Amino acid sequence: MFKAVKKYLQKDFSWIPPENPTHSFSSLSGKLLLRHEIPYEDEKVDHLVAQSILTKVTSIETCPWGYRCRRCGNTKSYLFAKMPHATCGQTCVYCRSCIQMGRVIDCEPLYYGSSGYEWSVHEHPCQWDGELTRHQQKAADELVALVRTGFGEKLVWAVCGAGKTEILFPALAEALEKGKRICLATPRTDVVRELLPRLKKSFPDVNIHALYGDSPDKAGDAPFIIATTHQLLRFAHAFDVMIIDEVDAFPFHNDPSLHYASERASKPHASIIYLTATPRKEQKRRIRSKDLPVVFIPQRFHGHPLPVPQLKLTPTLHRYLQKGELPPKVLQQIVHQQQTPRQLLLFLPSIKMAEQIAEHLKERNYEVRSVHAEDSQRAEKIQAFRKKEYRVLITTTILERGVTFPSVDVYVIDAGHVVFDEAALVQISGRAGRSPDDPKGNVIFYHIGKTDEMLDAVESIRYMNKLGRKL
Amino acid sequence: MRCLICHAETIPAVTWGTFWKPPVQKKICRDCEEQMDKITAPSCPRCHRPGHEGVCHDCEKWEKTNPGLLERNVAAFPYNDFNKDLVARWKYRGDYAVLGAFKEDLQNAWLASGFKGRQVLNVPLSRKRLDERGFNQSEAIIQSLEQEPLSIFERSHSEKQSKRGRRDRMQAVNPFRLLHPITDPAVIVDDIYTTGRTVRHMASLLKKHGCPSVSSFTIFR
Repeated sequence: MFKAVKKYLQKDFSWIPPENPTHSFSSLSGKLLLRHEIPYEDEKVDHLVAQSILTKVTSIETCPWGYRCRRCGNTKSYLFAKMPHATCGQTCVYCRSCIQMGRVIDCEPLYYGSSGYEWSVHEHPCQWDGELTRHQQKAADELVALVRTGFGEKLVWAVCGAGKTEILFPALAEALEKGKRICLATPRTDVVRELLPRLKKSFPDVNIHALYGDSPDKAGDAPFIIATTHQLLRFAHAFDVMIIDEVDAFPFHNDPSLHYASERASKPHASIIYLTATPRKEQKRRIRSKDLPVVFIPQRFHGHPLPVPQLKLTPTLHRYLQKGELPPKVLQQIVHQQQTPRQLLLFLPSIKMAEQIAEHLKERNYEVRSVHAEDSQRAEKIQAFRKKEYRVLITTTILERGVTFPSVDVYVIDAGHVVFDEAALVQISGRAGRSPDDPKGNVIFYHIGKTDEMLDAVESIRYMNKLGRKL
Repeated sequence: MRCLICHAETIPAVTWGTFWKPPVQKKICRDCEEQMDKITAPSCPRCHRPGHEGVCHDCEKWEKTNPGLLERNVAAFPYNDFNKDLVARWKYRGDYAVLGAFKEDLQNAWLASGFKGRQVLNVPLSRKRLDERGFNQSEAIIQSLEQEPLSIFERSHSEKQSKRGRRDRMQAVNPFRLLHPITDPAVIVDDIYTTGRTVRHMASLLKKHGCPSVSSFTIFR
């Protein structure tokens, strides 16, 4: 009984078979699939099961007080439902949490593909010819050492614009030279799309696959996979090196099923690297208790400090926003700002407000566009802003991270709103001054009263700048 | 209680009524309920197309080509974008529990339709599709209406209706085969009435073999 409770409370992956016979089916290696996701006939599948290249595992664990879905780790009773199942003629339990990726039902097994496929060894895979700064080099060396030992965790705490991707290159090269399998996972599809061409360019001879909701690659049979964290639900004990970018980002940081999946997707002896600019409480706690080794990169790649946000009290802010307008003080600032060559990035708490304010500024003859999550032309609008086709971009928190504009000022309207938490504000401030040609940028938070989140964000930026000066 | 659709907590409003009896547990939250919408008057009296005064253009066309084939159709919800996503989740992803969100309103619509007492027929699926999906959506609806489904049809495997254009659908050959003719008035229960082709395929077979009147009942129109 005690054992059962312990097993339930801890993430337990002992059901994954420990033996991994070698085989030649790269698309099955380290996968956890439903029957219809395996592109072979029944006979062939039976044959593979007999060779234990595929292993059938129970899909939903039952315990006296509930269930656990082995694909997504869901244990919430309201995310399980029963249905009369026509195929087996009984009432079966299925998981509603990961239903988007096909139904996991308790009468049908999951198939675990042995991770015994041998990935090819690459010699000098990295063709990137840029140079790392001193800080970057130090972090890169530590990561190479981690990959070499092959076991352990490390958090890279690097400010926005530190060049996190480049830091990974030596470690990636090291892993590929040893024939290890790598996964670079991130919560956001936009980031996957942006990373793929950059990595393909730097590692031209390596087969790199990108996996996300509607990606053209589906098989996931490459030694190097870039994926959204959701895609990890289809992997088990697959990767020797697991890199999770933006660990603090939505939806990874507050979705236990993604943590479950990422833990399961890496081999029991894997090097795990987390990248973030704004660690959350949980990670900070682990850093403080020396449980999670950390490497700081407190300076941007161009060596200039991060712009520190100015907080401006605007008591009339809500009154004007309700009318769909901006207070005169803010408008004056925008007029002033528009005389400089910099573009303006304006953050608002909600989609509705973003659209209203865009209208409001259009009436005043500004070149304005607004972008939000449900916008079908999002990518084009962002691209046009980058090409400087218009002056002001109004957006919600979707552009808080992952996007780079060379020369912008950033204003946050109503920074006290709940959507702007510490991580979001730090990330938003990090949009300014990204280019070495214009390393400064004004960041202004307009608020109706300082919140802890704003103060924590400013403090965190100041702290990083202080560390950067010291080094 | 959690909302069946968005899993947000549903908190029943506290009124003086709750003082006397416990509040009714809602299966879905107010936001989702609003987005699901409901078909209200005016609607086409024949096919229940929402927002249409009098008989709609489609039904007139049907009357010209196949007069009196289908008596009328009754539906409970409009097939809007939100409901399209729900159907995708329910039927194609196989999230059976979503049907529970419609149950109460479906039962009300069923009572209001006056179809009670008729033979309730389900739309069959081909064996292959049934294995894929794990349940027959039409049977599931009939069960949630607390009626007994009568399976007297057989279906050959064909492309999903939703993947075909209107023109294709209208020209499609009848995929059904009637196994046992009936002589009582019947109502066919399905999930969506789009062009009305499916139910009319079935109705034509029923009529040919002596069924006096055929109507249909669907969740969406």
